[in-house]
Amino acid sequence: MSFFKKLKEKITHQTDSVTEKFKDGLTKTRDSFVGKVNDLVKNYRKVDEEFFEELEDILISADVGVHTVMELIDELKDEARTRNISDAVDIQPVISEKLAELLQKSEEETKLNMQEDGLTVILFVGVNGVGKTTTIGKMAHKFKEDGKNVLLAAGDTFRAGAIEQLEVWGERVGVDVIKQHAGSDPAAVMFDAIQSAKSRNADILLCDTAGRLQNKVNLMKELEKVKKVITREIPDAPHEVLLVLDATTGQNAMSQAKTFGQATDVSGIVLTKLDGTAKGGIVLAIRHELDIPVKYVGLGEGMDDLQEFQADQYVHGLFADVLEKAEEAAGE
Amino acid sequence: MAFEGLAERLQGTLNKIRGKGKVSEADVKEMMREVRLALLEADVNFKVVKEFIAKVKERAIGQEVLQSLTPGQQVIKVVNEELTALMGGEQSKIAVSTKPPTVVMMVGLQGAGKTTTTGKLANYLRKKQNRQPLMVAADIYRPAAIKQLETLGKQLDMPVFSMGDKVSPVEIAKNAMDKAKEDHHDYVLIDTAGRLHVDEDLMKELEEIKELTKPDEILLVVDAMTGQDAVNVAESFNERLGITGVVLTKLDGDTRGGAALSVKAVTDTPIKFAGMGEKVDALEPFHPERMASRILGMGDVLTLIEKAQSSVDEEKAKELERKMRTNDLTFDDFLEQLNQVKSMGPLDELLNMMPGAGKMKGLKNVQVDDKQLGHIEAIVQSMTKAEKQDPSLLNASRRRRIAKGSGTSVQEVNRLIKQFGEMKKMMKQMSGMQKGKGKKKKGGFNLPFM
Ligand SMILES: Nc1nc2c(ncn2[C@@H]2O[C@H](COP(=O)(O)OP(=O)(O)OP(=O)(O)O)[C@@H](O)[C@H]2O)c(=O)[nH]1
Ligand SMILES: Nc1nc2c(ncn2[C@@H]2O[C@H](COP(=O)(O)OP(=O)(O)OP(=O)(O)O)[C@@H](O)[C@H]2O)c(=O)[nH]1
Ligand SMILES: [Mg+2]
Ligand SMILES: [Mg+2]
Repeated sequence: MSFFKKLKEKITHQTDSVTEKFKDGLTKTRDSFVGKVNDLVKNYRKVDEEFFEELEDILISADVGVHTVMELIDELKDEARTRNISDAVDIQPVISEKLAELLQKSEEETKLNMQEDGLTVILFVGVNGVGKTTTIGKMAHKFKEDGKNVLLAAGDTFRAGAIEQLEVWGERVGVDVIKQHAGSDPAAVMFDAIQSAKSRNADILLCDTAGRLQNKVNLMKELEKVKKVITREIPDAPHEVLLVLDATTGQNAMSQAKTFGQATDVSGIVLTKLDGTAKGGIVLAIRHELDIPVKYVGLGEGMDDLQEFQADQYVHGLFADVLEKAEEAAGE
Repeated sequence: MAFEGLAERLQGTLNKIRGKGKVSEADVKEMMREVRLALLEADVNFKVVKEFIAKVKERAIGQEVLQSLTPGQQVIKVVNEELTALMGGEQSKIAVSTKPPTVVMMVGLQGAGKTTTTGKLANYLRKKQNRQPLMVAADIYRPAAIKQLETLGKQLDMPVFSMGDKVSPVEIAKNAMDKAKEDHHDYVLIDTAGRLHVDEDLMKELEEIKELTKPDEILLVVDAMTGQDAVNVAESFNERLGITGVVLTKLDGDTRGGAALSVKAVTDTPIKFAGMGEKVDALEPFHPERMASRILGMGDVLTLIEKAQSSVDEEKAKELERKMRTNDLTFDDFLEQLNQVKSMGPLDELLNMMPGAGKMKGLKNVQVDDKQLGHIEAIVQSMTKAEKQDPSLLNASRRRRIAKGSGTSVQEVNRLIKQFGEMKKMMKQMSGMQKGKGKKKKGGFNLPFM
C-alpha cells in the first residue's frame, strides 16, 4: 500500500470530529502553504536543485528552522538518489514520511503520564501569552468529561486578572480552583493546592504558572522553586511538565524549549493557536534537537479545542492537497 | 544549534578570503548566503529576505565590497545600512486629534500584549504628555479580560470604561465615546479582543468599531517572537483596517525579532513602541537602528550603553573610562562595577545585549546576588594594595592566603581573578564602542575579525 493510502486510511478511521477539527484548523494554513507545495509539484516535474531550493523556502516559511531544514533537505536528496526518484510527485510521500517520522516515533509518547491510582500533577510552563491558562481550562474539561476529579492551582499570582481568568475557566468547566490573593508566593499556592488535592482525593491537579520569558533568570529560578515544592510533597510529581508553545512563534521557541527544559525538565509540548495560519514548524526542530514530543495541540479558544497530537495528521494537514494531487497523478 | 550573529557567520568565508588576498564575486555570493541564513534565523520572512539580499548583493558587487580591504566589515556595513533604511526612522509619536478625544484602537492576535500595552500607553500618555486617557474594555470574549484591564486601571489609578461582557464591543465603543466626551478625556484607548486575522466575523467587528469611533490611531500589537507568519498577520490587519502603526512587545526577551522587519516591509507603517516588560512602565520608544543590529545578532549595544549611562554616576563613569582606556582597572573598581551592574538589572539580561558576550564564558557565570557580592567583597578586602592593582602578582601562595583571609576557597579566588580579567576585557570593548560611536560613523561595533 502506498504511503498516501495508508495515511488516508488511518485518518478516515480516526474519529470524524477530531480529524475534521484538525483539518479545519489547518485548512486556513493550507491555502498558502500547500498552495505553494502544489505549485512546486506542478512547476517542477523533475526533482532537481531548483526543486529543493523551493522546498527549502516552503519549509522555512512554516518556521521549521534553517538548520533542521538544511538537514532535512540533505536527507531528502540522499533519499531521492538512493531510491532513484526523479519525479516531483514521487518525492512527496518521502517528504511526508520523513516529517511524520521525525515528529512521532510511537503513539505512546503523546500519552500523558497518568497515575493509575492517586494524584497526577501536571505543571504548565511557558512564555507570556502562549495559552497556558486556556489550555488548562480545556484540559480540565477533557478530564472532567472522562469522569475525573480535577482541581486547578492558580499559580500565576503576578499578571493582572490571571487568577480571575482561571476561575472563569473553573466555573465554565465545573471544577474548583485553589488560589491565594494576587501577589502571593506561587510556591505557597502550589503547596496549598497539593494539600487540597490530597484531602479531596483529586485525580488530577493542573497547575498554572505565570508567563515568563526564558532569559529572566530570577523568574526561571522561581519556577524551579515551584516545581521543587511540588516534588517535595509528592516525590514523583509533577508527573508531566508541559511547555506551552504558540504556533505563531518563530525560532525563539527553540530557546524556550531549551531553557524551560533545563529549568523544569519539560516532558511534552502543547502547541497552541494552530487554528491560525501559522504552522509551528519549529516543533520539528525541537523534536529533532531536544527530543521533546508534542503531546497536545490547541485549535481555538473554546473548551473543546484541544486535541491529542498526531504526527501524521499534522503532516497530512500541511500536505493534504498535495497528497491528493499526487495520488490522483499516481492513479492516472 | 545556537544562533550565530552575522559576524560569526561570515567568519568562515572571511578566513578563506584572507588566504587568497582578493575577493571574488563567488565570495560575495557565499557571504550573501550567510547573510540570508542569519536573517532567516532571526525570523525575517523569507520573501522579505529574498528582496533584501538582492538589494545588498547589488551594492556589494557594485564594488563596495569587492575592492575593500576589509570585506567582512563592508558586508556588515552594507547590510546594516540597508536594514536600518528598511526599518525607517524613529517615529514614536502617538497621533493627536484636532477634535479631542483622540481615539487609539489596539488590535492583534491572541496573547500579543494588547491589554498590557493599553495600560502601558495610558501610563505613558499621562506621564510624558500629561494626558487624561480613558481605557475601554472592549474584549468581551476572553475570560476575565475586563477584569485584567480594570486591575491595570486600579494599579495606575486611571479610569477604565466597561459594560460587562453581555454587550457587544461595538456598543461598548460607542458608549465609551460618549463617556469620554462627557468626562473630558483627551484620549480613548480601546482594548479589543485578540483574534485571528482569518476570522471573518471578528475582523468585521473591528471594522465596525473603526467605522463608529473613527480612530486616529490603529495600533497593531505584534509579539516580537513571531515567526514567518508575521507577514500574513500584518498584511491582513492592514488590509482590513489600515493600521497606522505597530507596537512590538516582549522585546525584553532574547528573540532576534526579525518579525519587526517583516511587519515593516509589508505594512510600511512605523513601529512606534517597544514593549520591554510586563510592568506598566515598560514601554519604550522604538529604535529602528538598534533593531537592525539586534536582528543581525550584533547585540543591542546602544541600549546597553544607555542603560549603563542611566545608572552609573557621571563622575565615576569618567574616572572609570579613563581607567579603562589606560587599562589600569583595579579590583576595587571591579567591586564598584559589580555593585553598579547590580543596580542596572540582572546581569544576564545585560549580557544578552552584549555582542560577543556569549564567548566570555567566565562572565556568563557571574551571578550578581548579594551573597556572592559579599564573598567577592571579602576576597578583594583580603588583598594587599599592590595585589589589588596588579593581579599578575597573585601567585598560588598569595591566592591561598587570600582564600584563608576571606573565609572562601582558592577556587573562588581563582574564579574571581578570572572574572576580573573578563570584566577588563568587556570594559575595554565597551569603551571602544563608545568611542567609536562618537567619532566615526563606522557603526562602532568591535568585531573580532575586523
Ligand atoms: N486561536 C487560539 N487562541 C488561543 C489558543 N489558546 C489560547 N488562545 C488565546 O490566547 C490568549 C492567551 O491565552 P492565555 O491562556 O491567557 O495564555 P497564557 O499563556 O496563560 O498567558 P499569560 O499567563 O499571560 O502568560 C487568549 O486570548 C486565549 O484565548 C488556541 O489554541 N487558539
Ligand atoms: N515580558 C513581556 N511580557 C509582556 C509584554 N507585553 C505583554 N506581556 C505579557 O504577555 C502576556 C499577554 O499579554 P496581554 O496584554 O494579556 O495580551 P493580549 O493581546 O491582550 O491578549 P488577548 O486579549 O488574550 O488577545 C501577559 O502575560 C503580559 O504580561 C512585554 O513587553 N514584555
Ligand atoms: Mg496565564
Ligand atoms: Mg487582552
